[in-house]
Amino acid sequence: MEIRSKEFKERSVFAIHDASLQQALGKARGGFVGKRAQQAAELPEFEQLREEAKNTKNEILANLDHYLERYEQAVVAAGGHVHWARDAEEARNIILDICKRVDAKTITKGKSMVSEEIGLNEALIEHGMEVVETDLGEYIIQLAHEPPSHIIAPAVHKTKDQVSDLFEAAHGGPRKTEVADLVNEARQVLRDKYFRADVGITGGNFLVAETGSSIIVTNEGNGDLTQTLAKVHIVTSGIERVVPTLDDATLFLRLLARSATGQETETYTTISTGPRHADDLDGPQEYHVVLVDNGRSKMLGGRFRDMLRCIRCGACMNHCPVYGAVGGHAYGWVYPGPMGSVLTPLIKGLDAAYDLPNACTLNGRCASVCPVKIPLPDLLRELRHMQHQQDITPVMQKRALNLWRFAATRPKLYHALEQVAARVLSGISRKGRIRRLPLASAWTDSRDLPAPAGRTFLELWQGKRGQK
Amino acid sequence: MTETPTRGPRVGLFATCLMNVFRPNVGFSAVKLLEDAGCTVEVPAAQTCCGQPGYNSGDYDAARALARQVIETFEHYDYIVGPSGSCMATIRHDYPVLFQDDPQWLPRAQALSVKSWELLSFLADVLDATQSDAHYDGTATYHDSCSGLRGLGIKGQPRALLGEVDGLKLKEMEDSEVCCGFGGTFCVKYPEISEKMVDDKVRNILATGADTVVGGDLGCLMNIAGRLKRINAPVKVFHTAEVLAGLADGPGLAGAVKGSD
Ligand code: SF4
Repeated sequence: MEIRSKEFKERSVFAIHDASLQQALGKARGGFVGKRAQQAAELPEFEQLREEAKNTKNEILANLDHYLERYEQAVVAAGGHVHWARDAEEARNIILDICKRVDAKTITKGKSMVSEEIGLNEALIEHGMEVVETDLGEYIIQLAHEPPSHIIAPAVHKTKDQVSDLFEAAHGGPRKTEVADLVNEARQVLRDKYFRADVGITGGNFLVAETGSSIIVTNEGNGDLTQTLAKVHIVTSGIERVVPTLDDATLFLRLLARSATGQETETYTTISTGPRHADDLDGPQEYHVVLVDNGRSKMLGGRFRDMLRCIRCGACMNHCPVYGAVGGHAYGWVYPGPMGSVLTPLIKGLDAAYDLPNACTLNGRCASVCPVKIPLPDLLRELRHMQHQQDITPVMQKRALNLWRFAATRPKLYHALEQVAARVLSGISRKGRIRRLPLASAWTDSRDLPAPAGRTFLELWQGKRGQK
Repeated sequence: MTETPTRGPRVGLFATCLMNVFRPNVGFSAVKLLEDAGCTVEVPAAQTCCGQPGYNSGDYDAARALARQVIETFEHYDYIVGPSGSCMATIRHDYPVLFQDDPQWLPRAQALSVKSWELLSFLADVLDATQSDAHYDGTATYHDSCSGLRGLGIKGQPRALLGEVDGLKLKEMEDSEVCCGFGGTFCVKYPEISEKMVDDKVRNILATGADTVVGGDLGCLMNIAGRLKRINAPVKVFHTAEVLAGLADGPGLAGAVKGSD
């Protein structure tokens, strides 16, 4: 997927004025936030679990090579194959090769953000294969030819009306308007595809080193059908998703469902270990795991290691007021919201996404709900620091900062400037506020500027209490 | 005014930039509250800014230059107290981080960090203040500023003290913990997003029917007051300190005088 994060400003303004989008966002926000809060309140050890999850992840990341090796051995022992992909292109080629070798015509897919990250669908389609997204949300945006706007609810930006229109156009009507009818219609269309699929591709929420298993969670059961009915099952996953044991996986599963959708547990939790065994009733003939690095090992060695704890729950974006205002597409690449604003510049380059780390008030609500306690605001600030060091920061901003520093490190000068500001702003104000200020139109276009009283506090204080 | 220099802790008041220029009344309210609670208050003249604009813009060098100035100016006080969760969180949490690789300044940053307090949290958590003899006629809704709330754990303290104010009714708004869209330079870098956010905030304020908004950070309050005024909503905006000190008798921020437009 082509990155369009450079257009963040334009796209965000557009999003704010998109009435359907705002309607969809408003609805989703209320649901996710409220349900998560309720789940967190109902589980007394929830905060303790977050701490445990953070520590467990840190331990895993400190020994990642070890766990990945153990995982690979276990996968192979179970009859599966592990492929290592350094970047998006390698990952695409590995998957393309498997699909071509088995002469795949139809490929079903469970939801996988890594496959979005490596631009898999485009590559498969380009090679003449039919790709069918089986997650309802993914299916909807595939029909709309749009990328996902949320990592767990890819079509959250669509209203029900828009979905009705899309389905009517794609399935030939009659137009359904009830959610249950829409879901049914999609189910029927998809059923047939599952049975025709040559290859089923899913993500992997967790990879278990001890057993060589991959775990996916869904609410629709589409992942199960995708991976058991196709001849070949391919799991795409980031290298950071490995956990030592099944026990560890349950810790994260408890946090994931609660943080993501506000459920105690997702409806389906599916564990796959290798291909179909002799005494299995069903299952794929081949089982492959493609482990994608794509910038992750670089993060592992630097100051952004914390980001690799992410379990892709989406809570940070559900609680982000900026995401809530502009939606996911404004961010311009695969991962939106706070986690995306950290990941996108790290994977695609600092100057490919200048705005993302900056378009944040550092209000900290994301970090306060993150199940693995990633200090997202600190990481965003750290990215700003890197932009500053690498001279990616706009010249005007740098100049302003230098001026501010020059004045603020000279108290007498600073106070004199403050006094001038207080007098001038007070002088041009009417009824306690300023309605228009040419140099500060970014403020006064949408709000009044409260006027100062004319004298600064320090002036008045010295008048009252004398020099200290 | 009587000075009692030998009694109570010696507090250096951190006069934040916005307070200094836009709302001196908040400074005088803070002084009154601290003195009433038995502190000796001084306002050192060598102070300017805490350095947060530099820090949050990624200019750590500039932030360190300002931090050193604040440390030098305030380290000989028993406490450094300021009427802003945002500035005080910078001093408390960010200074030690800024100097983590500097063996000379780190101990000094840490020493200042532990004696730095946001005003309301200082009154409630350090001085155990539970009473207020202020009077305010009206219904107020409290906005939780993000840095104070999540950085310093300020939530119950201002509400408890405001609850003691005679004549004041508190009414909670929906999403009081959600950012108002100020965010320092964010509001002028991304004005449209900021406007959307403050609009959501203002809608929640208006839905309470309260005639007053109070909060602990002037940045947020100026943002909220400016938007309220722009849409001609007759809601007054005060800093918590002004209400508690009984100095919320003049016009609120952006000039809304009681009972006028
Ligand atoms: S950063 Fe935290 S909250 Fe956001 S998706 Fe990752 S785990 Fe979830």
